[in-house]
Amino acid sequence: MAGPINWFSQVISVTKFGLMSIPQRRGAVAAAVIGIAGVVAVLVGVLSIAAGFKRVMTVSGSPDTAIVLRSGADTEMVSGLSRETTRIVADSPGVARTVEGPLSSAELFVIINLPIRTTGTDANVPLRGVEPAAVQVRSNVKIVEGRMFERGKNEVIAGVGAAKEFGGLDVGSKMKVGRYEWPVVGIFSAGGGVAESEVWTDASVLQAAYNRGDSFQSVSARLTSPQAFQQFKDSLTSNPQLNVRVVRQTEYYAEQSTMVTKLITTLGFLIGFLMAIGAVFSALNTMYSAVSARTREIATLRALGFGSGSVVVSVMLESLLLALVGGAIGAGLAYFAFDGFQTATINWQSFSQVTFAFKVTPELLVRGVVWSVMIGLVGGLFPAIRAARLPIAAALREL
Amino acid sequence: MKFLHLIWSNLKRKKLRTTLTLLSILVAFVLFGLLSAVKQALVGGVEMAGADRLIVRHKVSIIQLLPESYKARMERIPGVALATHQTWFGGIYQDPKNFFMQNPVVPEEFLDMHPELVLPPEQKKAWLQTRTGAIVGRNTADRFHWKIGDKVPIQSSIWSKSDGSRLWEFDIVGIYDGKDKGTDTTPLFFRYDYFDEARRAGWGKGLVGWYTIRVKDPSQAAEVAKRVDEEFENSSAETKTEPEGAFIQAWARQVGNIALIVAAILGAVFFTILLVTGNTMSQAVRERTGELGVLKAIGFTNAQVLALVLAESGLLAIVGGLLGLGLAWLIISRGDPTGGMLPMFFFPTRDVLIGLAISVALGLATGFFPALQAMRLRVADALRRM
Amino acid sequence: MSEQPKNNGILVDVDGVEKVFHRGSEGIHVLRDLHLKVPAGEFLALMGPSGSGKTTLLNLIGGLDRPTKGSVTVAGERIDQLSDRKLAGWRARHIGFVFQLYNLLPVLTAERNVELPLLLTHLSRAQRKKHVDTVLAVVGLSHRAKHYPRTLSGGEQQRAGIARGIVTDPTLVLCDEPTGDLDRKAGDEILDLLQALNREHGKTIILVTHDPHASARAARTVYLDKGQLSNEPVK
Repeated sequence: MAGPINWFSQVISVTKFGLMSIPQRRGAVAAAVIGIAGVVAVLVGVLSIAAGFKRVMTVSGSPDTAIVLRSGADTEMVSGLSRETTRIVADSPGVARTVEGPLSSAELFVIINLPIRTTGTDANVPLRGVEPAAVQVRSNVKIVEGRMFERGKNEVIAGVGAAKEFGGLDVGSKMKVGRYEWPVVGIFSAGGGVAESEVWTDASVLQAAYNRGDSFQSVSARLTSPQAFQQFKDSLTSNPQLNVRVVRQTEYYAEQSTMVTKLITTLGFLIGFLMAIGAVFSALNTMYSAVSARTREIATLRALGFGSGSVVVSVMLESLLLALVGGAIGAGLAYFAFDGFQTATINWQSFSQVTFAFKVTPELLVRGVVWSVMIGLVGGLFPAIRAARLPIAAALREL
Repeated sequence: MKFLHLIWSNLKRKKLRTTLTLLSILVAFVLFGLLSAVKQALVGGVEMAGADRLIVRHKVSIIQLLPESYKARMERIPGVALATHQTWFGGIYQDPKNFFMQNPVVPEEFLDMHPELVLPPEQKKAWLQTRTGAIVGRNTADRFHWKIGDKVPIQSSIWSKSDGSRLWEFDIVGIYDGKDKGTDTTPLFFRYDYFDEARRAGWGKGLVGWYTIRVKDPSQAAEVAKRVDEEFENSSAETKTEPEGAFIQAWARQVGNIALIVAAILGAVFFTILLVTGNTMSQAVRERTGELGVLKAIGFTNAQVLALVLAESGLLAIVGGLLGLGLAWLIISRGDPTGGMLPMFFFPTRDVLIGLAISVALGLATGFFPALQAMRLRVADALRRM
Repeated sequence: MSEQPKNNGILVDVDGVEKVFHRGSEGIHVLRDLHLKVPAGEFLALMGPSGSGKTTLLNLIGGLDRPTKGSVTVAGERIDQLSDRKLAGWRARHIGFVFQLYNLLPVLTAERNVELPLLLTHLSRAQRKKHVDTVLAVVGLSHRAKHYPRTLSGGEQQRAGIARGIVTDPTLVLCDEPTGDLDRKAGDEILDLLQALNREHGKTIILVTHDPHASARAARTVYLDKGQLSNEPVK
């Protein structure tokens, strides 16, 4: 009777019997599957918020672009640079150049109030003044509707995210800010990055409108290559006339998102954890009732000579299978319901809105399925042990 | 109730199954409690807003500054009782992660405007006598273990002192508590005169962040707000004035539709629980067909049998709900899990009551179909299945 | 709680009763044109092979079912005309059931099982306890009152069943094969008990059985075959 092949075929048989009896127990089975599907769907859904937010922040940055701020400023908002400084930055070694000049854009921004389309309440939106090279510095910026604004005019272009989220940003309409009206002449996309939450205009126009004199807040510079960063940075930080902080764009955006990402991720795991516990109880319930419903059947099998080990494994296999089905359904649900769902939130560190979409990444889907497998394992273990320990004679008597 | 013993005994029938179901329900309500507290933390500021207060900010955006001189003009507007200002300092204490608000204010006016901040009189006196003095809320004081007399260094990312440095130092002269559970006790407040005098020339001297106005008659709030904005129309800094509640609400809206997200999550959780528990109850009834037949034979009416089943599911749900809400209460009273980042963290009474109502509804919903099943059993058939 | 029988001492009057069960489109006549009169205080045995409709007739008399045709009158009341809800209340007041498989609730102790019918009355806890203790003594089960059915022998469980059947002092005690699951000795004890209830306490008992040994204890036996009643056993 011994031998691995024999044992293996025992396991298959017992499992098959178990699965065949599912139609009779379909209520309990459905309940467990739905329970696990629910857990996975919610977990993946909530974590996709964080993933989406993080993605916006990382897609925004590219390793061959650098941002220069005033030393000690952790965000652009509190930074200030003179035009002199921005010129030095533009002429630094490592900065890529075209026939028109260095790929460097000195920028400043203000926060304006625009109404959220859905609620009508005000939101903080960044209005950024850029230099002409801005579009080339950020490699993924494209005008998707209308045209680029003209220098010297108070025209603006809006990012796709901003245009979707906030009112008054359609091509042809006029954005009303304070006392002024700014005609919207175009919409741009930026590969899903933060820039899509912003509204852009000419830097000099913005300076004049907001009495900024000739000062800026940051410089974005495209480098000849990612490796050129160190050379670029050193030349600026070793210059005694300057007091600046040089950071890769990718790092900068990563910093910007830590608080919100952390908050959402913590909440997501907390919720998911509690739900998983609930799902474990539900799975245990199902498997215990499965075992008790099949008591006579299991006892008969064992009386016939099927080893208790094969019974344990088959109960666990059944539990795992149900859990996997539940996990797959939940993951699928999350993907169809949440992926790409557009929303916005406030980034405390920049004080303004960031528009983003929920992102159900493959990693999240896998994680969801792994959770369901773990639930299935725990949910099946104890009932499996109980099934193996059934006193055969008593069970056979039970009608 | 004489039937209680019968109901309870039925629940004890399969102890393991009942326990597991109870635990699932318990977990759902713990989640409910925690999410309620988080939601309250993120949007509850609105409820704490003073009904008689308005916020006045620069019309273009909150980060633009307003002249200090506006205060006098505001107080001359009919309907305005008091106006006082605050400014965003943007300081960092040791690490950017340790975020909390620090604002320069005019002490006497400020405390007058915000009676929900409770400060012992001798501490208030100390503050008025110490130029570099600051009062801090209990939440932040506990977070960093500050005591009265401590010197606290804060690095401002916006404001430099006249010597060029950005490192400001304050003396903790008072620790304030909130009058209500929901009052925010994270911010630190220091003296505006020290701030204005010490800050570098050309860098916003005489300019402040925003004003808070107390109106004489809260029902006149909207009119007074309009008057304020009219007063400053066509000035160098135009204003936008709105009730404090609306202002906070707009901020909450910017965080995202928290209430909706929380409701959606809880909805999914309870829907799942409903299915699972409902299925358990159905099973339990099906197993007892014969017994239910006996009860009917003895003379229990259909209505009574229905009530018995509903009472079982109801009892299970209510006990699970009470335990879950209780556990949530215990966890929440241990304090803010983010370590002071949230302005408040408590379990609103209103949500506790909602939770209880939901547990009753859950009991009824999970028992409904099984109870109908039981009610409709034909006695003779049932007896045969015993 | 017993009512004075009307109709000159006849407690149960089954008149022209027919019972048809429908299986699909077919109608199965379980009882045909049945007439039966049971005087108050009688111990009647109802015999017949399985499938003859004994249990069906018992159910009709006990108000668990209604006849397709004809009338069933118990203690002067036309129970075939009562609504379901009224029937339930009627059963609670007038009928005590004793089943072949005891049908005790496994989650309750013996005394709690016996108490069940009293939960439908307005008696206080103390009063209920008094009634329960009394009948437990009558059936000789006082020493096992706090045991659960699973720890009682078959005979003890049936005694508990009988105790439950008489705890409300019903007009009529209906027994469906009460000794069917018991060995000879335990069965005899049960039959002794039933006889005592009838002789000493005046209870009207209708006993359905296929065992002549049991029916011999009754004062009168009627025979049911293929839905029809006769006073002679079927050959």
